[in-house]
Amino acid sequence: MVSLCFYFEVHQPFRLRKDYSFFDIGTNHFYEDEKNNRDILNKVAAKCYIPMNNLLLDMIKQWEGRFKVSFAVSGVALEQFEKYNPHVIELFQKLADTGCVEFINETFYHSLSFLYSKQEFKEQVLLHKEKVEKLFHQTPKTFRNTELIYNNELARFIEGLGYRTIIAEGADHILGWRSPNFVYQPAGCYKLNLMMKNYKLSDDIAFRFGNRGWESYPLTAEKYASWVHSIAGNGEVLNLFMDYETFGEHQWEDTGIFNFMRALPGAIFKHPDFGFITPSEAGQRYTPVAKIDCPYFTSWADIERDLTAWIGNPLQNSAIEMAYQLESAVKKSGDINLIGIWRKLLTSDHFYYMCTKWFSDGDVHKYFNPYESPYDAYVIYMNVLNDLIETLQQRGIPVEIGGGHA
Amino acid sequence: MRVLMFGWEFPPFISGGLGTACYGLSKGLVQNGVEVAFVLPTKKRMTVPLMQGLSVIAADELVVDEALEKMLSRSEIRSQSRFQFPVQLSPYYTVTSFKELTALRVNQVKADLGDMSRFSVLDFSGNYGVNLFEEVHRYGLIGELLGITEEFDVIHAHDWLTYPAGINAKRISGKPLVVHVHATEFDRSGEHVNQGVYDIERAGLEAADRVVAVSYYTKSILVKRYGVDPSKIEVVHNAVDKDRTLSRFGIKKGVKEKVVLFLGRVTMQKGPDYFLQAAYLVLKRMRNVRFVMAGSGDMLPRMINWMAGMRIADRFHFTGFLRGVDVERMYAMSDLYVMPSVSEPFGITPFEALLYDVPILISKQSGVGEVLQNAVKVDFWDVHTLADQMVRLLSNEGYAGEVVERCKGELQNIEWESAGIKVREIYVSLTEQQ
Repeated sequence: MVSLCFYFEVHQPFRLRKDYSFFDIGTNHFYEDEKNNRDILNKVAAKCYIPMNNLLLDMIKQWEGRFKVSFAVSGVALEQFEKYNPHVIELFQKLADTGCVEFINETFYHSLSFLYSKQEFKEQVLLHKEKVEKLFHQTPKTFRNTELIYNNELARFIEGLGYRTIIAEGADHILGWRSPNFVYQPAGCYKLNLMMKNYKLSDDIAFRFGNRGWESYPLTAEKYASWVHSIAGNGEVLNLFMDYETFGEHQWEDTGIFNFMRALPGAIFKHPDFGFITPSEAGQRYTPVAKIDCPYFTSWADIERDLTAWIGNPLQNSAIEMAYQLESAVKKSGDINLIGIWRKLLTSDHFYYMCTKWFSDGDVHKYFNPYESPYDAYVIYMNVLNDLIETLQQRGIPVEIGGGHA
Repeated sequence: MRVLMFGWEFPPFISGGLGTACYGLSKGLVQNGVEVAFVLPTKKRMTVPLMQGLSVIAADELVVDEALEKMLSRSEIRSQSRFQFPVQLSPYYTVTSFKELTALRVNQVKADLGDMSRFSVLDFSGNYGVNLFEEVHRYGLIGELLGITEEFDVIHAHDWLTYPAGINAKRISGKPLVVHVHATEFDRSGEHVNQGVYDIERAGLEAADRVVAVSYYTKSILVKRYGVDPSKIEVVHNAVDKDRTLSRFGIKKGVKEKVVLFLGRVTMQKGPDYFLQAAYLVLKRMRNVRFVMAGSGDMLPRMINWMAGMRIADRFHFTGFLRGVDVERMYAMSDLYVMPSVSEPFGITPFEALLYDVPILISKQSGVGEVLQNAVKVDFWDVHTLADQMVRLLSNEGYAGEVVERCKGELQNIEWESAGIKVREIYVSLTEQQ
C-alpha cells in the first residue's frame, strides 16, 4: 500500500504599515496595516480558502473517507480569519468534523523562535496547540516548524514534548541517495517519526502546474497519477507538502488547478494499491526505515533549502537579534496585549521581506513583499521595534540592547 | 531689466538645494526691480507662490508650432541684428534670404523635437533620470526657441543641465549669458567625472560672458579644473528664506534622547559614510543620543547595511527623502546638524538648521563655511575629530548655544535680497557693455 500524504500550509502575517516613520517613534503605537491585511485576507479567501475548502469537503464526501488531507494553519492566520472572515474558520471546522482532516501543530506566530529562545518557542507551540484544540477539537500529534525549518536538535526537542511525527523538507543534501518516500526517524530520537517532503512531485503542483513553458504542461490528473503509480514497490508514503494558497491564488482558477484536484483521487484510486493518509496515521501504519542525521538547519525555502531567506544578511540579523533581546522586558511587563504585539513582530515574514538575495528566488521574495525593497522593510520594522522599546521604558522597564557599542 | 532664466527645479519638488537657491535668487532679483522669466522643464505639481515680476515658463507647456511660427515672423525683424543660427548648411542649398535660413532651421528643430502631432510635444519629467542627456538636449532646443520669441536683456543659466539652453538662447539672441555654478561634476563625482557632463559644463563656462560661483571654494575649482579666467568669475553666496511655519518650541518629539541630524542626498559628495562612522564612535561614549539620516541616494542601501552590521539600530534611524513640513519638523527636533560633505560648493542646509536654533558642524570642504565663520568645522575624512566635536556639542550645552548665537549673528546679514543686488550689478555691467 502506497499512501499520498497531503499537507497544506495556511499562513498570513500581520503586515506592518508602510508609512511607519521615525516621527512615529514614541508617539504612535499602531503598527499594523489593517486595511492591507484585511484586503489580502479577503482576496485570498475568495480565491482560495473558501472555494478550496468547499471543494475538499465535496471530495471527502464523494470518496466516503478514502480521501484525506492535513493542514498547518498558523495562529496569526487563524486570528485574522476570526477578525476579518470567520466563514473561513467555519469551513475549516466542517473539514475537521469529517474525521479525514488532521490539523498539525506549529508555533502560533509562525516564528523562528526555536533558533533564538527555546522558552518562547515552547510557549508559542503550546499557544497554537490550545488554539487547535479549541477550534477543531483535535489534540495535535504531529509537529512542523515554520517553513519546515528543521534539524536534529529540533526533532529531539519535539520528541521531548510528546509528539509522534515531525515534518521536514526532503532536501537533497540531507537525503543523499535515499528516497523521501518512506518514514524515517531523526538521529537521536527513539519514538518520533520523520516525514520528508517529495519536493519534485510537490512542486509539480505548487510551482509548475500553470507554467506553459514546462514540458509536462498541461498537467492532467491522469498524467500525475501515472508518475505517482510508478513509485509502486519503491516507496510507502508520498509527502506532498505545499502552500494552501497554491489553489486559486498562486495557480489561478483558470489554470484548471481546482479541476485537477477534483479529478486526482479518482485517477490515483485506479491503482488498487494507492490511497491517501494523514501524517499521524502514517506514523502508525509505517515503521521508520532508517535514521536521518540532519545536524544543520534545513527549510523548504529557496534553492538553498536553508535559513538564508530569513537570516544571514546584516539587516535580518540586526532586526531579529534586537527583537529577541526584548523578550524578558516584554514578558516582565505582564501586559498580554504588549506581549501579543511583540510576538506578532516575531513572525518570520518580517525577516523574509528583508532578504537581499535577488537571484532565482528574488522573484518569489518580491511577489510576497509588500514593501518597495528589503531596505524599506528593515527601516519600518526597526522604527516599530524602537517604538516598542520606548513604550517599555515609559513603563519603567529597563531594556538591554547589546550590540557593537558600549 | 528683464532676465530669461533657465533652471531645472523649483520647490517643493527638489532633489537638492538647487531649486531652493534658484527660487531664493529669483525673489532677491525681483526685490531689486529685475523682471525674471524663469524657465523650467515642467511646472506640474509646482506650488511655490509667484509674485509680481516673476513669471514661470514651463517647457512642456510650450506650444511648439506657435513658437516656431513666431520664430519665422520675427526673423525678418531681427535679420539686421547679429544673430546666428546653428543651421547645418547644405551644399545643395543656395540660401538667399534670412527668412529662408530661418525656415530651414525651423524644420531642423521640428525634426529634432520629434512628433509634432501632439499639442505639446515635450514631455519633460524634470527629474534626474536615465534619459537625462536627451532631456538636456531637448531643453536646449527650447532655449533656442525662447531666445527668439521672448523679450529680455540678459540670459542666466543654472548648472550644467541648463547650459545648452543658455548657450542656444545667447547664440540666437545675441544677448549676454550669465552661467551660475551651484555644483561642478568634481563635487558630485570626485575624480571619476562623467566626461559628457564635464564637456557641457566647460562649453557653458566658455560661452558665458560672466560666471557666478556660489563660493570661493567653487571659484577655485572652476579656475583649476575648467581653466576659467578668474576675472570672469564673481562669487555670490547663497542666502536663506527665513519664513518658517514651525519652531523648536511646540514640536512633539517622540524620543527623549538628543537627536543628531544628517539631511541631504545620500551620495558620495555629501559624506554620509563619515557621518555613520562618527555616529558609531559617539555611541561608544554616550548613550543619550539618536542619529537620523534623512534623504535618499545611491549610497542609501549601503549605509543601511553598514549600520545594521554595526548593530546600532536602536540609536540610528533613516527617514528616506523628506519634503515640506517634515523637513521643518526634522530640523526642529534636532539638537545638532552635521554636514560632513566631501566637496560642497555651498550647502544651504546649515542655514536652515540655524533657523531652528540647531548648532551646526560642517566639513572644511564646504563653501558655506566662508560666510559662517563661527560654525564648527572639521575635515570630512577625520571621523575621530568629527565624533569628538559631536560629543562636545551634545554634552556642553553652553558651547552649543554659543555656536548657535554666533552663527545666527552672521546669518542676520545674509539675505537673498543682497544676493539679488550683486547679480543685478552683473546684469547691468554686461548690458552696458553691449
